[in-house]
Order: sequence, then structure tokens, then C-alpha cells
Amino acid sequence: MSTKVVDRAPLTFYERTYLPAILGGLKVTAKHFADTVFKGKAVTMQYPEERWVVPEGYRGAPYLVKDQDGATKCVSCQLCEFVCPPKAIRITPPGSEGRPADRANAEKMPREFEINMLRCIFCGMCQEVCPEEAIFLQKDYSITGENRESMIFNKEKLLSLGGTHAGIQKWKHKLEEARAQESFPVETP
Amino acid sequence: MSAPAAPSTPPAPAPAPAAPPVETMTVKVNGKTVQVPKTMPDWQGKPAPTTMLQAARIAGVDIPHYCYHDKLPVAGNCRMCLVEFGTPMIGPDRKPVLNEDGTPKIARSVLPYEPGTARGAIACATPISPGMEIYADSKATQQMRESVLESLLINHPLDCTICDQAGECKLQEYSVQHGKAGSQFVEAKVHKPKAVDLGPRIVLDDERCILCTRCIRFTRDIAGDDALGIVNRGSYNTIGAFEPGRFDNNYTLNTVDLCPVGALTSKDFRFKMRVWFLKETKSLCTSCGTGCNITIGSREGVIHRYEPRDNDAVNGPWMCDSGRLNYRWIGRADRLKEVLRTSSGGPRERITWNAALETAADILRRAPQGGVAFVVSARQTNEELFLLKKLATHTGALTDSVPREGDPDRLLVSADRNPNSNGVRLTGMAFTEFGFNLLKIADGIALGRIRTLVVFGEDLTREGLGPELLAKLDALIVSDILPNATTAAATLLLPGAAHAEKRGTFVNVKGRLQRFQKAVEPPGDARPESEFLQELVQAVTGEEPARSIEGLFNRMAAGVPAFAGVEWARIGDAGVTVQL
Repeated sequence: MSTKVVDRAPLTFYERTYLPAILGGLKVTAKHFADTVFKGKAVTMQYPEERWVVPEGYRGAPYLVKDQDGATKCVSCQLCEFVCPPKAIRITPPGSEGRPADRANAEKMPREFEINMLRCIFCGMCQEVCPEEAIFLQKDYSITGENRESMIFNKEKLLSLGGTHAGIQKWKHKLEEARAQESFPVETP
Repeated sequence: MSAPAAPSTPPAPAPAPAAPPVETMTVKVNGKTVQVPKTMPDWQGKPAPTTMLQAARIAGVDIPHYCYHDKLPVAGNCRMCLVEFGTPMIGPDRKPVLNEDGTPKIARSVLPYEPGTARGAIACATPISPGMEIYADSKATQQMRESVLESLLINHPLDCTICDQAGECKLQEYSVQHGKAGSQFVEAKVHKPKAVDLGPRIVLDDERCILCTRCIRFTRDIAGDDALGIVNRGSYNTIGAFEPGRFDNNYTLNTVDLCPVGALTSKDFRFKMRVWFLKETKSLCTSCGTGCNITIGSREGVIHRYEPRDNDAVNGPWMCDSGRLNYRWIGRADRLKEVLRTSSGGPRERITWNAALETAADILRRAPQGGVAFVVSARQTNEELFLLKKLATHTGALTDSVPREGDPDRLLVSADRNPNSNGVRLTGMAFTEFGFNLLKIADGIALGRIRTLVVFGEDLTREGLGPELLAKLDALIVSDILPNATTAAATLLLPGAAHAEKRGTFVNVKGRLQRFQKAVEPPGDARPESEFLQELVQAVTGEEPARSIEGLFNRMAAGVPAFAGVEWARIGDAGVTVQL
């Protein structure tokens, strides 16, 4: 590979007066002015009363989701905490004394799950690494708070913001399969 | 560093008579020729014919395995170590068949009824023979591994996300290294009991078990408690306890370390922290005089677990449950965190380390010869004891330590529950029998002869020196980790550091000098004792402090006859044996 030197054409005298650039800019402004005043086609929005439509696949704030039965999907595997580049995620595992999972058979869910929204860079690594489809980047882009503490979202808040994600319920499926078999009938509360 | 040839240095021991030459044989591993001994120690240390797995290890090739363990009898049931191999061909004249270039012709092992297919042998239980060739990475070997892994995973729940073993699971690791992505098994998996309560410290998940029987062999042959076994048949094989819930000997948690998968889990560590977050620090167990080598797993200043660390000279790969679970006190909320001074008649005030050390130095400098006594715990490190000995010598003080005895067992637990009793003896802080001088010290205080008492890490009110007696002292300088009646009575309280929060050395009951490293930071104002003691020694005697624990140790090695010639760097991770 060699370096290719691009010829830079010298500016003409007319160009060096800056006039073509200024006039070109004014033309765009004049067009928008005319569109707004005479045709009623506004290019700005009255934010925050008016909001733009967030496109599909937009990477907003990550929130935790519940399954179709309303149970916490996160099993506290801490892969998102591990992969998070700005270390915005902090999970407190349940330990042996902690509350068991919402769902039978899943055994485990986080005691606390915190995302520091000031640290989060909305990269989506947590969503990509999650083996339980429990965390998704959603459409919220404007997150404000009155102090730094209020920008650390806890598990309760993340779950209430996240909503429901109806995916494959593998733990439920495993349990049904276990209940159906003749040997070792599984008893769960 | 120069090695001073002081006349006091004991002469080097005469070289041991030369060991008889080891009989070796030549084998080839992955095309590499290696000389291996004909016999190697088995799990009990007795010589046994060298196996293909051991020969491969000597050649630097690691053959994957689950059921095999150096310190357990060979079972040969997981089949993971299957390898293709070949032996020199023998002609009808019983002479080796040679290739055209004169090298012996090798016959690869094949199935007798299907000569085109390689026949593997389990490397853990197959002895080597002269001229044998082991193909640890041949295509046939790889296919065997793939198939073995596929069948091990038939009924495995693949629940790594909630499995404590994830990150240190051999099933995960070998599946990535040697397995294949898909499974041909389309039927429903057999679901086995989950979260079975085996004993007070163990939970069993039967679904994850690969039936390697390491736990069974350990508890039968090492711990001597034949409590586990396999029940049911075929796909329904499960590990079970003879009496469920009663698998409770003092070594049960070793089965958790041994378990190559996440079937046996520790109730203490269960769901506490993912293992890849843990920082591993080489340390020592302080619960008894055996001094088991441990690895401390900590994250962000919180200790999450102890695990045994291999050291054949001390504990092998094992440790007892009571020692392993004895770590929560380090993170207790009521740890001593402040330097406190009680002025005569006044209230306790929080002061700086500088002020405290000045106060202590002042007391020790003014004290008449024999007016001071030292009671030091055999939980202090050699370096701290060495510094305390300097202070004691300077003040002509009576010194002693406190014995701590318990019932020994036949495996690891020692009757001496102090981790460094021999360190106390070697540094000269107490006689062979601890507690000998305690009565004299008590008398001295009662008679008013001893006006200053320095206590490190012991509660004297439990040893017959009650609060009324301690109240007679002019100064009671106490350093400890947790509060007790003696720290409550102290006129000067210096918060110390737990072993996990500092570096140092201990000498175990058999005379093994071992060092340990720092895992976490001490809380609040607490500092490692060797640090502030060096400053105190400087203030009292004018001796320059060493800049590091290495320097301090080397200085001590020059001053304590038993440690002569030992250097910090030479202790290594396994320690060295010193003359008691």
C-alpha cells in the first residue's frame, strides 16, 4: 500500500473572497425561511412538548424486562456487569440467603441491580451478552435527574421502566419437561 | 546482597547420599521424544507404573480429564482422557520390526474387528511401555473427545447462567476446547433432583453431575467417611448421600473443589459472586498450626471465599471446612478502626498514628528495666514478633504468649490452634510452654513492679488477668483486630490488620516457614502491625526501619538463628523448612 497524494486545486480569486460559500449558505437559509413562512413546512420541533419518532433499533437506555408471567428474567449471571465498558452496571447477587427467583426452577435473581445512567454509554453490550434476554436497550434518550444519586437506577425502577418481553421461557419449559417424566417427579412450591 | 559468613551460621548439612538412578524409558508424545521414569508416585505416594497421562505431562502435553485426580485413586470412568496410541511392532521372530530407515515400526492401536478404526485407551489408567507413542492431538483422539463430551452433555441442563461453577468449570472449558457445537440427541433430557441438601455445607445439583465419582472417592479414601455413593441405573444414575443431610464431616467442602462441574456447590459461596470477578491472593489459613496454603478470593476489598492451594509439604490439595469458613470476622462491622488514647482520668480520644506512636515510645523509653511486660499472640507474624522482641529486649521486659489448644484430627487439623506458635518460640518471645510467664506478669502487676503492659492480639481477661488487675497499670498498650475486654481497658489502642490485610510469614507446627500476601485493605485507620512497630522501634531504639516487608524479613533472618540463610524471595509459594 502506498500513500496516494490528492491534488488540492488552488482556490480562484472569487473563491478566496468567501462569497460563494456565504451565498450558498444564505440560499439554504432562504429556502427554509420561504418553506416555513409561505408553505408552513417547519423543520424544527417544539421540544420537549413535541418529540421525534424514535426509529426501530434505536439504542436508548437499557432497562430490565419481565417475562409474560410478570417474573424477573434476570438470573444475576453478572455477564453484563463484566462486559460493561464504562462499568455502569452493578449487581448484588442473592447469596445463599437471598430471595429465590420469581420463577420456579430459575433458582436465582439479583438482590439489587443498578445502572448508573451517567456512566452508561448506550453501547448495547449488555443486551448482546445477556443469555436470558433480560436487558434491552429501549427508546428513552432523555434521562434527567436532580442529583447524581437519582441517576443510578435500581432494580425496581429498571423493571418498572422496562416492561414485558415475551420470549422463550426456557426455565418454565425445563420444569414442565421435568414434571412430565416418570422418574424423579419434580416437586416445586 | 552480600552473604555474611558469620561464625554463628550453622554449617550447611552434608549432602544426602546420592539417590539411586531413576529407571527410565523412552516414549513419544505428539512426536516429541521424552524420557520418563518407569514408576511414579500414585495418589498415596507409592511408586506405581507411569501412566500415559503422567508421561504426557512430562512432555508438556495436558490430556483433558475429569475423574482422574493426582491425589485420588484412579477410577477411569469419565473416558475424557481417551487417546490414540501406538506400540512398536514385534515380528514373528519376537524382534522389533524396523522401517526402511532403521526406526522401529509402530503399530497404531485399532479395533480388532474394525482395523480401520483407531482404538483409544484411557491415559489415566494405561501404563506406558518402552517405545510407546501417544497421539494426544490426532484426528482420532479429537473425535473421541468430541464424542465423549457429547455423551456427557446428553442430560446436562446447560444452565451455566445460574451455575456457580461457570468460569472454573471443566465441562465448559473442555467443551470449548475439544467439543463440538451441536448435539445429535433429540429426546427429552432426564431431569434429576436439584438443590439437594447433602449436608450442612453442601448442596447438590444432580442434573449437572457427570458421575466422575471424585467426591465419592475423596470422602471414602481421604476423609474416611464413606458417605456418598451412586444410586439408580443408567441415565438415572445420581450421586446420593447415605443419609441425606448428614454429609457433615469436616472435609466436605473439598468435594466442591474436586467437582469438575457445578454439581456440588458450597452453601457458603452459593450465588455469592461469579468467580471471574474474584482476585486470587496466595495466603495461609490461620485457624490452626498446620498452616494450610490457601487462595483468598476477594473482590473490591470483600473476601468471598478461601480455597486450598496445592502444597504437598503441608496440606496437599485439601483443607478443612472449619478453617475454610473462618473468614467472615475479617469483614465484621465492629472491627477496631480508630487509634484511641485514654488520658489519665479523661475520656477516650481519637488520635493520629504519629501521636499514638510518640506516646508509646515515650512510655517505653521512660520505663525502668523490668517495668514493662509483653503478652503477644501466636497469631502475629514472625516480623511483628521480631520487632516486639527488640522492644522487649530494650526494656528488659517479661514476655509470654497464650496457648490455644483443641482436638486434632488424623488428616489436617492440629491440636495447636495458633498459626504461629513456633514463630513465637523462635523469635524468643515465649518458652516452649506458653503461659509460663503469665503468672509472673500477673504477680508483677499486682505488686506494682510492672507498670506498663503491651498486649498484641490477645484478651488477657480470659487468661486470669482481670480488669481490676489491668486497672492497676499506668499504661496498657493494646493492639488488636476485634474489640474485647482488654481492648476496652487499653489506655492506648492501636488497631491492627488481619492476615489477609498484610504480608508476613508464619512457622507451622512442623517448622515450615511460609509467607502470605495481602488480599484486601485494612478498615479505617487500622495498619499492618509490622509497619507501625518499625516506627515505634525507631522511636525507642533509633534503629532505621526497613523499607519493605522483604527488607524486614531479611533483617530478621539475619537476627534469628533458625531463619539464618533464608531470604524472602527464597521462601517461594511453598515455603521452606527451618530447624525448630
